Amino acid sequence: MTSLAASAPTAATTTGSGPVRRRLGRLGLHFVVILLMAIWLIPTIGLFVNSFRPEAAVQTSGWWTAIFQPSQLTLQNYTYVLGQAGIWPAFINSLFITIPATVIPILVAAFAAYAFAWMSFPGRNLLFVVVVGLLVVPLQTTFIPIIQLFAVFHLNGQFMALWLAHTGYGLPFAIYLLRNFMGSLPREVFESASIDGASHVTSFLRLALPMTVPAIAALAIFQFLFVWNDLLVALIYVGAANPQNAPLTIVVANLVGSLGQGWWYLAAAAFLSMALPLAVFLTLQRYFVRGIVGGSVKG
Amino acid sequence: MDPRLTTALIVVVGVPAVLIGYIVATEQVLRVFPQRAQPRVRPWLWLFPALAFLFVFLVYPTVGTLIRSLQDQLGKHFIGLANYAWFFGDSGTLGALKNNVIWIVLLTVLTVGLGMLIAILVDRVRYESFAKSVIFVPLAISATAASVIWLFMFVYQPPGVAQTGTLNAAITPLGVGPLPFLTISNFSFNTILLVIVTTWTWTGFCMVIISAALKGINAELLEAARVDGATEWQVFKGIIFPLLTPTLAVVSTTIIITALKAFDIVYVMTNGAFDTQVIANSMYQEMFNFGDFGRGSAIAIVLMIAIIPVMAVNIKRFQAQEAIR
Repeated sequence: MTSLAASAPTAATTTGSGPVRRRLGRLGLHFVVILLMAIWLIPTIGLFVNSFRPEAAVQTSGWWTAIFQPSQLTLQNYTYVLGQAGIWPAFINSLFITIPATVIPILVAAFAAYAFAWMSFPGRNLLFVVVVGLLVVPLQTTFIPIIQLFAVFHLNGQFMALWLAHTGYGLPFAIYLLRNFMGSLPREVFESASIDGASHVTSFLRLALPMTVPAIAALAIFQFLFVWNDLLVALIYVGAANPQNAPLTIVVANLVGSLGQGWWYLAAAAFLSMALPLAVFLTLQRYFVRGIVGGSVKG
Repeated sequence: MDPRLTTALIVVVGVPAVLIGYIVATEQVLRVFPQRAQPRVRPWLWLFPALAFLFVFLVYPTVGTLIRSLQDQLGKHFIGLANYAWFFGDSGTLGALKNNVIWIVLLTVLTVGLGMLIAILVDRVRYESFAKSVIFVPLAISATAASVIWLFMFVYQPPGVAQTGTLNAAITPLGVGPLPFLTISNFSFNTILLVIVTTWTWTGFCMVIISAALKGINAELLEAARVDGATEWQVFKGIIFPLLTPTLAVVSTTIIITALKAFDIVYVMTNGAFDTQVIANSMYQEMFNFGDFGRGSAIAIVLMIAIIPVMAVNIKRFQAQEAIR
């Protein structure tokens, strides 16, 4: 190890053109990285700028022309979209759908994960593999029987339908992630709690849950983004039956289909639908990254 | 009371209270059982809500769909494998299947390839975390909003008129185009354009996971190779790539499943028109446009059968990981 460190500087000096070539290489590296960043940013910037431009401008010139005529920018698209295009009620619907559809699966999964990690019972490992194996089921395979089941209970079109469905769909991954995290907590903590007379409920609420916060945070962001951004499940269980309860994704998708000429306020609507997930994501990115790196099984 | 306020109260207070209440109540329920039986009953009370949800929303409907796929449009008669015969004989669904193959190949190559390239490149710059955030952010954007973003990128105006779409404005001065993106059928790049939109979303996912694996490679190993005169390309080919292979395989399975299930982008941007149909969207159309739940079920089962081998690889890896733990 020490010999490596010692020989490193000599390697740099042996080739005469090294520093120059290296500097050119660095320049090329920065160029490529910055180019890639630009490619990834430009589409969103384009939408953002267009969301502040009046109809006539959007129809006749590209968003980049606003750089030279910033005076054309206006807030009228946003006032229109919030007032008349039904975006504000849809925003509230999205919140009403997403919050329980995030909380329920995490709590239900936490109960199961605790049982899988800290209680012993016959068939535990097999049952756990079966639960994780349910990840193979694509949501499409469930739609038709569930629609018919919901019809019996008059749930199609209700928020409740989406809360229940998203809980079922999110559980295999949630149980997998939480069980792995809870299983890696130190055994001694639970043993000494048990010796001190703590029940499983106390151990769960006072020890397991607080110590699992990093995994729960990752999962919460994951599920929140999944449900907030979901279009398909909402279309199936709510979209057709009750447009009143439609979330933002459906309303924005409908705008794309029905507008044709009304492109100018589509940009504002899309941007409003992105605002909350982007805010959540940018503030809690660290947890999210940890979550997907730790549990990249989800398909 | 305003129904919205009621909903808000249920959402914020009611739901968590009921669930915590359930788990506290299990101890009361357990008192009914003799002391010795309690440890054997308790796990099942804790597992009950999860198992009930999994059964109702995943197990039961999968069996139901399997049965339904063998029945006719209205579910009155069993018609054997006729729905499957239709699926593999109809030019529409075969076109969708062909497009899904394009999705799988192209999306995997693009997202995993670019993800690896970016992970390796940003590893060498000081603004790494900022650069990674930029690539990663689209993952938080819904496919619906991403579709809107890219519809603005793909806008096509006839030649001679000022191009308002970013891409056509960029290529027209170069003498190519303007190209009629997503507007005519015989423009064979339409599916590829939709894959590009999804690449924009998912590359960050691949990059983050590959980057984490990259950080796990022993830096001294790389330094030793460089000291011995290996070029960067040789270091990549001989050390980095072989060590990344398991990670690349895992990331690829996730992307393949994403490609198989592709729906939102297609539904919003083209709804399957202009040669962009995919199986998930054709299932949706069978269900809601043609009301044929038999055919819709058959498509869903085909989708699941395609996913099983890919997922099996993932779960095998998960079991191997468990064995090490």
